[in-house]
Amino acid sequence: MRFELILALRYLREGQAQTALILAGTTVGVAVIIFITAIVNGLQSSLAARTLSTQSHITVKNPDDAPTPVLDRSRLQVSAHIEPRVQRLRSIDQWEPILRSLPGEPHVTAVSPMVTGAGFASRGAANKSIAIIGIDPALYTGIVDVPAHLVSGQFRVAPGEAVIGMELARDLGAAVGDRIQVVSTEGRTDVFRVTGTFDLGVRDLNRRWVIVPLRTGQTLLDLPGGVTNIDLKVDDIFLAEDVAQTIAARTGLLAESWMAVNTQLLTAFKNQTMTTRTVRLFLILIVALGIASVLVVSVVQKQREIGILRAMGASARRIMMVFLIQGGIVGAAGAVFGSGVAAGMVWLASKALRQEDGSPLLETDVNLGIYLGTALISIVVGILAAAAPARRAARMDPVEAIRYG
Amino acid sequence: MADRDSLVGPDSSGHGGLESRSLILHLAGVRKSYNLGTPIETEILHGIDLTLARGEFAALIGPSGSGKSTLLHILGLLERPTGGSLEVAGQDIATLDDARLTELRGRTLGFIFQFHHLLPGFSAIENVMMPTLIDRGRVDAEMRARALWLLDRVGLKDAADKRPSALSGGMQQRVAIARSLAMNPPLILADEPTGNLDTHTADDIFALMRDFNKDEGTAFLIVTHDPRLAGRCDRRIEMLDGYAHPAEQLFVLATNN
Repeated sequence: MRFELILALRYLREGQAQTALILAGTTVGVAVIIFITAIVNGLQSSLAARTLSTQSHITVKNPDDAPTPVLDRSRLQVSAHIEPRVQRLRSIDQWEPILRSLPGEPHVTAVSPMVTGAGFASRGAANKSIAIIGIDPALYTGIVDVPAHLVSGQFRVAPGEAVIGMELARDLGAAVGDRIQVVSTEGRTDVFRVTGTFDLGVRDLNRRWVIVPLRTGQTLLDLPGGVTNIDLKVDDIFLAEDVAQTIAARTGLLAESWMAVNTQLLTAFKNQTMTTRTVRLFLILIVALGIASVLVVSVVQKQREIGILRAMGASARRIMMVFLIQGGIVGAAGAVFGSGVAAGMVWLASKALRQEDGSPLLETDVNLGIYLGTALISIVVGILAAAAPARRAARMDPVEAIRYG
Repeated sequence: MADRDSLVGPDSSGHGGLESRSLILHLAGVRKSYNLGTPIETEILHGIDLTLARGEFAALIGPSGSGKSTLLHILGLLERPTGGSLEVAGQDIATLDDARLTELRGRTLGFIFQFHHLLPGFSAIENVMMPTLIDRGRVDAEMRARALWLLDRVGLKDAADKRPSALSGGMQQRVAIARSLAMNPPLILADEPTGNLDTHTADDIFALMRDFNKDEGTAFLIVTHDPRLAGRCDRRIEMLDGYAHPAEQLFVLATNN
């Protein structure tokens, strides 16, 4: 073992109580950092997962029709007031090649074409405003797992069949097997047999959605062979916006990520992350101050010893190393113990302790990267915190140290 | 040591390389001032000329405030002189940077202090091994063997694993002597090594240093207030008001043997 390491270990062992104290501080710091990160990540991903279970991550569609202002020769606008243009239901131009190209985009895991528009559903005297959702069931299941949200019947949409929202079914008094009549805003009518009802957890969807075969939807909405949206799923939900922008830039279409649609949720996430970061920063600061103050005391206590070591040929640089290593050891040991404590806390919160309904006490999301990252921070902070005491030790004048017995 | 010229100091007039090599210390006009360049500048050493040959056993005596300690610190390479030249083991220290100076100190000088200054957290043998550990960077078997041999020489083989706090004052000082010899340095500087020991123990310690001087050829420069011990050294150098004088005439009777 090297001289510097031997001395560092011995000094740490000598200062039992102090060492135990800073080690405990570092351990708690590391454990809390990992644990709050796990909780916040868990909360965010479960919230995001819940939100995204009924949404696509990215929806590609036609950009809104823009008004064409009247311009004079110098391209100055001449009209004082411009009316927004009426938005027509249009198909995405050349959607099939676009659809085929999208799975090639990085991070994209599923694509599904959809034709959607408004209409009315009626059964007997009941008449409700609805959203006609024309999809390919196999593809669409990759975006929103409707079968997992079925309340009754099955997720089957053959021609002439529809799966409708739970509340719409109640409003219409329709059960599985009953027939409903659908009129689109384009004035076309069709009759469907209800094969299933679903609860997507969002009232608006449960009350309005009528899922029909893509081809039927196209006919109803007078868009033969066309689609209005392409839904996408990505492997990292927080990359959705980046992926959306890439797609928008490439296709010239409007690509909306869930992040752009759910700005409030995203703001909440950002605030949470900011709060966690602040807490983390202060924890690191406190741990660093603890390590530094204990080492400063140690340097002062060992003033004479340092002088003797210097007289015996130890350079200032090596004396400095002795104290930097102590900081590093405290950081590393704190990282190991802290990771252990954090793993225990995560296990308690997510596995051992349950709420009354059997779900975990806290949603946690933690991976090896968080453990390793925090461990690295701990070691670096330990060494940095030791820098000032170490410099002080290195500057110790050997003559001063040994002059007075 | 390949460079022959480096063995000869700039003002070692007439001294050949051979003589320089046999000298462990060579001081020419060494001065030391504190607070240099300020109104309270004080010169402690006013130009010391002194040589110490390898294997010499000399006492440095003089009243308090005569500059003994300052001289010892300069000889111990803990402080640099502010004037004159100093060669230690043939090396002109003015040509060495701090790192080289530290290295030279570790390899050519051993220290014995009035207070043992052992490291309290380490056992006797670990204390003895420390200078070698500093020099080599890591522990090896040879280092341990030499430390054990030295402890045996000072009669403390059985106390090898004891902490300094478990040893008596005399024993602590013996460990300190063993430690100063760990690197087998050509010169040991002792600052009142018997200063707080009773006469009997002091005689033991003195005898031990004498033994090492004879057996290993280690030169000793011993700062002491004890005229009895000074009288038993081969040579006495007296410090007075910042000047060094040969003190042979003062002690000529005491050493007449």
